[in-house]
This record gives sequence, structure tokens and C-alpha cells, in this order.
Amino acid sequence: MSGLLSSSIARKFAMALSALFLVFFLLMHVSINLLSVFSEDAFNTASHFMGTNPLIQFVMQPVLMLGVLFHFILGFILEIRNRKAQVVKYAQNNGAANSTWMSRNMIYSGLVILLFLAVHFVDFWFPEMNYKYIQGNPEDPTRYYHELVEHFQNPIKVGIYVLAFIFLALHLLHGFQSAFQSMGANNRKYTPGIKKFTMGYAIVVPAVFILIVLFHFLNH
Amino acid sequence: MATLDSKVPKGPIKDKWTTYKDKIDLVNPANKRNIDIIVVGTGLAGGSACATLAEQGYNVKAFAYQDSPRRAHSIAAQGGINAAKNYMGDGDSNYRLFYDTVKGGDYRSREANVYRLAEVSGNIIDQCVAQGVPFARDYGGLLDNRSFGGVLVSRTFYAKGQTGQQLLLGAYSAMNRQIARGKIKMYNRHEMLDLVKVDGKARGIIARNLITGEIERHSAHAVVIASGGYGNVYFLSTNAMGSNATAAWKIHKKGAYFANPCYTQIHPTCIPRSGDYQSKLTLMSESLRNDGRIWVPKNMDDVMAIREGRKKPTDLSEDERDYYLERRYPAFGNLVPRDVASRAAKERCDAGYGVNATGEAVYLDFKSAISRYGTEQALLHGVKNPSSEKTYELGQAVIEAKYGNLFQMYEKIVDENPYKTPMMIYPATHYTMGGVWVDYNLMTTVEGLYCIGEANFSDHGANRLGASALMQGLADGYFVLPYTIGDYLSNEIRTGEISTETKEFDEVEKEVKERLAFFINNKGTKSVDHFHKRLGKVMWDKVGMARNEKHLKEAIAEIKAIREEFWKDVTVPGELNEMNPELEKAGRVADFLELGELFALDALNRKESCGGHFREESVELDGPQKGEALRNDTDYKYVAAWEYKGEPSEAVLHKEELEFNDIELKTRSYK
Amino acid sequence: MMNLTLKIWRQKDANSKGQMVDYKVTEISGHMSFLEMMDVLNEQLINTGEEPVAFDHDCREGICGMCSMYINGEAHGPDRGVTTCQLHMRMFKDGDTITIEPFRASAFPVIKDLVVDRESFERIQHAGGFVSVNTSGNTQDANAIPISKIAADEAMDAAACIGCGACVATCKNSSAMLFVGAKVSQYALLPQGQVEAKERVLSMVAQMDKEGFGNCTNTGACEVECPKGISLENIARMNREYIKASV
Repeated sequence: MSGLLSSSIARKFAMALSALFLVFFLLMHVSINLLSVFSEDAFNTASHFMGTNPLIQFVMQPVLMLGVLFHFILGFILEIRNRKAQVVKYAQNNGAANSTWMSRNMIYSGLVILLFLAVHFVDFWFPEMNYKYIQGNPEDPTRYYHELVEHFQNPIKVGIYVLAFIFLALHLLHGFQSAFQSMGANNRKYTPGIKKFTMGYAIVVPAVFILIVLFHFLNH
Repeated sequence: MATLDSKVPKGPIKDKWTTYKDKIDLVNPANKRNIDIIVVGTGLAGGSACATLAEQGYNVKAFAYQDSPRRAHSIAAQGGINAAKNYMGDGDSNYRLFYDTVKGGDYRSREANVYRLAEVSGNIIDQCVAQGVPFARDYGGLLDNRSFGGVLVSRTFYAKGQTGQQLLLGAYSAMNRQIARGKIKMYNRHEMLDLVKVDGKARGIIARNLITGEIERHSAHAVVIASGGYGNVYFLSTNAMGSNATAAWKIHKKGAYFANPCYTQIHPTCIPRSGDYQSKLTLMSESLRNDGRIWVPKNMDDVMAIREGRKKPTDLSEDERDYYLERRYPAFGNLVPRDVASRAAKERCDAGYGVNATGEAVYLDFKSAISRYGTEQALLHGVKNPSSEKTYELGQAVIEAKYGNLFQMYEKIVDENPYKTPMMIYPATHYTMGGVWVDYNLMTTVEGLYCIGEANFSDHGANRLGASALMQGLADGYFVLPYTIGDYLSNEIRTGEISTETKEFDEVEKEVKERLAFFINNKGTKSVDHFHKRLGKVMWDKVGMARNEKHLKEAIAEIKAIREEFWKDVTVPGELNEMNPELEKAGRVADFLELGELFALDALNRKESCGGHFREESVELDGPQKGEALRNDTDYKYVAAWEYKGEPSEAVLHKEELEFNDIELKTRSYK
Repeated sequence: MMNLTLKIWRQKDANSKGQMVDYKVTEISGHMSFLEMMDVLNEQLINTGEEPVAFDHDCREGICGMCSMYINGEAHGPDRGVTTCQLHMRMFKDGDTITIEPFRASAFPVIKDLVVDRESFERIQHAGGFVSVNTSGNTQDANAIPISKIAADEAMDAAACIGCGACVATCKNSSAMLFVGAKVSQYALLPQGQVEAKERVLSMVAQMDKEGFGNCTNTGACEVECPKGISLENIARMNREYIKASV
């Protein structure tokens, strides 16, 4: 991996690849969560499948973990290298004149998402692991919906989630379309379309997450 | 007065170069490795020479005062490069290109050199394309050509409006390849300050590292000067701020004759000066004259009203305008050659009809072109009875497609929309045809010292045609010098490495150091620019577009006085051993102050009008050509090569008689 | 006519510490170029016995790429599509304070005041910015390989780069990818460049990394500030070429 990642372009490419993978994961995640708004049963079935299918549990889940870890670690490495590339800062720099806030602050939106992931793990993933593998509780295909709803009764937590999704949107607004550029996909014909699609995705997916959270908070 | 040997080979003009190349002495590859060549200046000529010489196996040391060869002022050439490829099938040939160039130069260039230039012109295009220069192409994928400067064929190759840039980047890329191979050692931010001669031969230079201020010695078996022209002697010109004559002038003082310094091209279409703070002038491509009409107001009242802002140029009716070029030259109108157009603008402005605050500007008006194109477009697009706004809009689109980038540049600088109001233009110094005298081998009168590109005098005579400066630079560098230099270097294979620890190097280095120290220690009261501006004003007023004996004599005296004052009263801040741009300028201006005087002396000597050199005393007195330039082939059909004797005014004239065996001498007529 | 306050970075040489110094200039005309305004300041400094501000400049018509100031937080100042030498004072108003700094990047160390060392660009070009063809005079005819007008025009657009370094200066990561991308693209778009395409992109990128330029994060700032309008497409093309050459 070190050889592969020894050049700036290879690092960009790897960053983009892991990003696209995570973008795809988000789509799956939001789709399953959305079921909870329409049907308790459908949500439970989907969650149960995801929670018990060995391929997902023992192959996909570790791959996802690695993907997340890779994306974050590489992100930090890039940030450190980039800071070294400009040691003396400008007395006056007008970044807003030539680039978006999102593009200049990916590290910060990323860090917020990382903090959120910690919260999210404490909320869902650790209890889930504890339930299944440490306590060794029997499978209960109907528990998921209630667990979900329970989590979103505390207004502070709802606030944290909403805020995190806003940062996710900011991160995606630059990151998703940027991944195409990094992989060399820039074309006068298709790029405007790709940009529109990625912008739409970056707003819709976090918005749906927020709506789901608010739905459960307000509905119960 | 001695005569000069141009070393032009015998035989018919068509075979001279081929036969000569066949017989020239060669240096074998193993020996080339032991031979060093210094090249000063890395523009088109120097850069291409470095690349080819290194490719042939010589060790090249290249010097540039900028931080990269890519920044040389060749980069600013807009229009194109001529080559007799006859791709258009319009009857072009090497002979035609040769003929046009000699005629365009008003029969003051050396035939054999020009023919050789025409002969290798095609190779230049092949070479550049192979290097990846993105020349403009037609829809069939073949190279596109345009016509330029009033010749009868389309032979100009171009890369948008940035031909010079692309050709220079091509030469630079060829250099890069040799730098990577270690065959060129590049000295960026270095300036040559003097030449070192050993036993009469050029053996090295003294250079200053412009970052540290360190004085360095560099030795070689031959030295090539490719440092460009001396247009900045006028202070204001279209040259770059750093363009200077120091290398050329220093070798002149060491024995290289300086030829025809009075041949200077004043380009008619530049953006006028807007105030005393002006630091340089910007050229607008000559192609604008294809569609623009040049005029000034007929009545002095209107001139005053415009200067005071009471009237706008668009307020004046056709009757109130004086289209002076169309009036004076009905046959060629606005398309007369550069020198003629420039002088006519000066004549009107001197008579008081200049249209801006400085009194030095004329209008270049696109209104009639816009309405002509608009009507044509309306017809093409089937617009019936178009309104005048519609016609204007359609016409404007055509003009925009042709000159959009130039109009935009004009608007950025002047802050006026040239689609709505006429442009203002005025002539400016652009190119110097004169330069260091060289023989057919491009060797100067100092053995082992060569001079190429704009820095030499050889190919353009008294006036240069459009798109031929790039051609000459690359011809000299890629295809001529690398052959001819071998003839000299074949005698150097036993010389061995040249030491810099000799008394010759000691002496020259000492002189250079003393001179630099003088500037720093002088602590006068006036800046370098102060003197440069004063020199420029004398040059422009008295040795400019029109010259006469009285003014030239005054100029010689005035320049001498400015020079004396300069040496007494110049101030240069900062220190020797650091980056010191004022110190750099001081040395360059000191040389311009000498060159300017020789320039005026040469102009005084040449009592004829030819090309860019116009003597008011030498005009047609009657007949249809009344008032036009009068050339004197009986007395002045020679190259004036000046030998330095301690003071510019004491320079000794040597004549190289020009022979015209293949072209008949004629008067240029544009009436 | 304007009166202005200038805050200018002064640094004696590469090893000295620098700082911002305030200056006043008066009676500045809107028709002056930014560098002519600097000339006025320098003339003033010389006349009062101070050392003038060193800055790089040469052609003063926007093509040599020598001038390189960071003005009010932007490379080549607030105007678009121009270099500092083409920036005119009419972009400013009477009483303005203008901050003038050198281009900042670890790969562009300051030499003096506003002058920076851009030799890193040179070394990238040495690494592969050429087609290996000899200037023998026997090259095949220029029209032997037809090149589509579209490819030729696109190559020209990439080749229009003047190597000023505004892309690096303006990039928050000091990335040189627009510069390198433009050069790689010019050759990648032309058949003449194909033979060495792989080696070229690999070695130029390797040299770029070695020089200590940062990684591109696609902020697009370089494209906006580029005086010659070099497109981000060139970076994408370089990425493609690099990936093609690596696999």
C-alpha cells in the first residue's frame, strides 16, 4: 500500500475510491432507515437481515470499517502533508474569492463526522455488539424498530444528529463531485450532469436522515 | 576605412548554403564532449542554439537574467512565423520569401544570409511541430496559414495570438531535454557583465549571480551572444523591462563591430502613453489595420474639444475626420508598411492633431468595418431590413471573433470599450534591425564570438517584415549556428579545458567589480530611471521616427551630457552582495547611454531615408512620390559597422558593400 | 487620483526573517498598472534613501509569467484573467489599504521581499516537459501527421500556461497540479507526445511530489485565479494519464 500511495495522484485516487464506497454505503443506510418511517415490519426485516447475515456481518462490515478508517487516516495524512507544503501563511488570504467554504474545510467537516461516528457507535453499534456477541442474547427479529425510536426521544441527541447530518451534507457537497475529478472523470459533456447529481445527493441523503430522526422524535 | 569580409561562399545563391555545409569542417563526437560553449540569452535564438549544440554533444553553459528561459521576451510575439512551405498552393517559394524579405528590408540586408533564412524556414515548422508546438490547424487537421504584412501569399503559421510563446516553449522544451541529460548547465538569474578574451579569441565571460550578487568566471571555447535587441534605449518600448543591450555592448567594446544601430522599427499600432509614470508600451497586433481606419479630426477646434472632454470622437461626422493614410496613400490606405504608417501618425500629431491628453494618439476606428460586416451577415442570415442596432450587433460579433482578445486587452488597459468608441493608438519602438555585425558564419569581428537573433544585424536590413523575427531567431539557433560554429571549433579540439585562473580573467573581473562598486558608492541624488527617462526622451524626440542633421547633432551632445551627469550623480541603493535590481538597471542604463550616442552618430552618417531610418533631408522633391522617403543606393548601399575606440562618438566606420545579384533594386511605392 | 496605504512584505534575503511594513503613496492614477504604482513607491523610497521593494517583473504585458504578487489575499489581485502587471489601479479606491505579499509555498522560498524562487517548476519541466526529438533539420514534413482541429485547439489552451505559479500560490495546499496538468495535457493531446506519454507523466509527477508541493483537493481556486484560464480538466486528464501509466 505504501508504494501505491507514494504519489500525490495515487493518494487522491485512493481517497476518491474510498469516498465513493462510503457514499454508496450511505445510500444503503438511508434506504433501510427510511423504511422505518413507512413500515415497522419492513424495517425490522431489513435490519434483521443486515444484523444476522454472515456475509454482511463478517465480510461487508469489516470492509466498511476498514473503508471508514482508511478514508479518515488518509484524510489526516493529506492534511498534514498539505500543511507542510505551505508553512508560512498569508497575512491576508481571501479564499472566498475563488473557492467554496466546503472545499476549503473538508478536514473540519470530516472531523465533525468522525466525532459523530463515535457518538453513533456508542448509541447503536456497541450495544448491538454487546447484545449479539458478548451477552449472546437470542435473536429477536422485532427489536430493531423500538430500539431506533427509543434513541430519538432525547432532544439533545436529536440536535446532535441533525447537526452532524448538516456537516455530512457540507462534506458531501464538495467531496462527492470532487471524487470524480480525482479519478480523472472530467468531461465537458458529462461533468455538469455529474455535478448536479452529486449536489442533489449531498442535500437529499442527509436531509432524509434528518427527516427520519425528526419523524421519530415528533411522532412518539 | 577597412572593408569587411562577410565570408559569403561563392556560387549561385540557391546552392551557397548546401555547398557550404557539405564542405564545412566537422568536429567528431568524441571531441565535442571536450568543448564548452557559452550561450548568453535563452530566448528563441539562444534557446534553440543551446538545444541543438547540446544535442550535437557540446557542453553548453546557458545564461538568462530571468528565473527561466521560458520568460525571454520572444514570448511576447503575437502574430506568427513565416515559412515558405507553400501549403496553400499560392505560388510561394524560397525565392519569394527571400525576395519579400530583402525588399521589405529596403535593400539593406545581405542577400546570402536572407536566402539561407528562407531556405531553412520550412525546417523550422517541421521541427516545431515534431516538438509538440500546437500550431493552428484547419478542419482537415492540416496546418493553417494566414497572410501578414502586405505580402502576396499566405505563409504565416500561428498559434492563436501567442505564436512567440509557443515557439519559445518549444525551444525551452528542447533545452529541458538537454538539461535533464546534463548537456546544458543552466544559469538562471545570471547576467553577463563582460567578455574575456585570451589571445584575441573569446574565451569566457564574467557574470553576476543576481540572487547573491556573487561575481563568477565562466570559460568556454566559444561564446554566443543571443541577448536580443536594444529598443529600451528609448526607455519606452514594447520590449520587456529587463531587455537590455549590455551583452551586445560589452562585446562591442571588446572588439565586435556594431552595425546599423540606426535601423529601428517603430510599430504603428501600440496603446498610447497615458502619463509620465508609464513604464512600457503594449503592442496591438498589426492585423487590426486590416479592418480599422485611422484618422484624426480635421479641425483644430474638434481636437481641443476632444482633449478637454467636451466632445467624443463619435460626435464627429465623416466630413470632420481626416483619414490621413487613405488621403496620402490611396493605393495601400491603412495597410501601408509599418514605417510609413508610423511616420504619418507622427506627422499629424506633430502638427497638433493628436487626440489624447499627451497629444500623441490617433484613432483606429472599427465603425465602418462593423457596419460592413453587419450588412454582410444580415444578408447571409436572411435578416430582412435589419435595424442599425441589429446590423451593429451582427458586425460586432464578426469583429469579436477576429480580434476579441485584443479588444479585451485594450479595454483592460485604457478602460474604454473599443466596440463603442474608436481605439487610440500611437507608434512605439518595437524591434531593432541593427546589431552586432556578423559574417556569414554568424561570427563577429572577434574570433570565437558569435551573435544570433535580434542581437545581430544580418537579415532584416533597414526594416523588418511581420512574422520574420521568430523565423530568424529559430533559423540562427536551430539550423545555422550549430553548423557554422563547427568550422571554428574544429580547430579547438586540442585546446583542452580553459582555465579561469588567468590574468585575463583577473583583469576583466577586476574591472567589473570596480564598476559595480562605483555605483553603490557613488551616492548621488538621482535614480537610474531618472537618467533612463531623459535618455529616452532625447532618443524619441531627436532620433525617433524622423531625423535631421540638426537634431542628431543635438542628440549626440545631449546624450553625452546626460551620460556625464549620470556618472556623477546617479544613486544606487542597497548592497553589492545581494539581490539588487537597481544595481542591475544601473549597469544596463550606463550601456544604453553609450549606445544611444552611437545610434545617433550612425543616423547622422546615413544621409538617406531607408526603411525605419527616415532623414527629413532625403525625401522625393516632386512627382507622385513627393514627400516620401528617398533611398540613396549610390552612396549608402552598405552596412555601417562601427568599431569602438574609447568614446562612442569616436567610433570608426567600416563598410560592408552590399551586392544585389539576384534582386533588382527598386523604390518602394505605396501611393 | 488616489492616496493609498500599502502593507508590503519586506525580507532582506532567504535566511532573514521578514515582516509587513506600511507605506503611503499619493496621487496614484487609475490608469496606472499595479507595477507602475510600485515604481512610484520605489522612486519615492530611492529618493528618501531607503531600499526599494524588490519584485519580479519583466514583459509587463501578461505573458512572461515573471510577476507574482499576492494582493489583498489573491494571486495577481482582485481582477480576473490578468497578471499583476495588467492589474490596473482603477480596481482600487482612494483611501484603500492594499496588502502585498510574496507567493507563499514551501516549494517557492522567498529570495527577497516579493521575489520568490520558482526553480521547482524548472525541475519539473526538466523531468519530462519535452518530446525527445532531435533538431537535425531532417524532421518529417509538418503536415505528415494531421491533427484534429479540436485536439490542436485544446492542446493550445493547455499550452497557454505562463508558469507564473499563481495556481500554487492560491491553493490552500500549495499544489502544483494545474501547472503540471497543463504541461502533461498539452503533450497527451497530441500524437507527437504519445510515445513518451507514460514516462512523462510518471516522472513529472514524481518530481512535483519531491519538490514538496501539496496534494490537490479540488477546491478549484487555481482555475479561478489563473491569469490564462487554464482549466481544471487538465488536472483530471493528468490524473487519467497517471492512472493509465501506473496500471
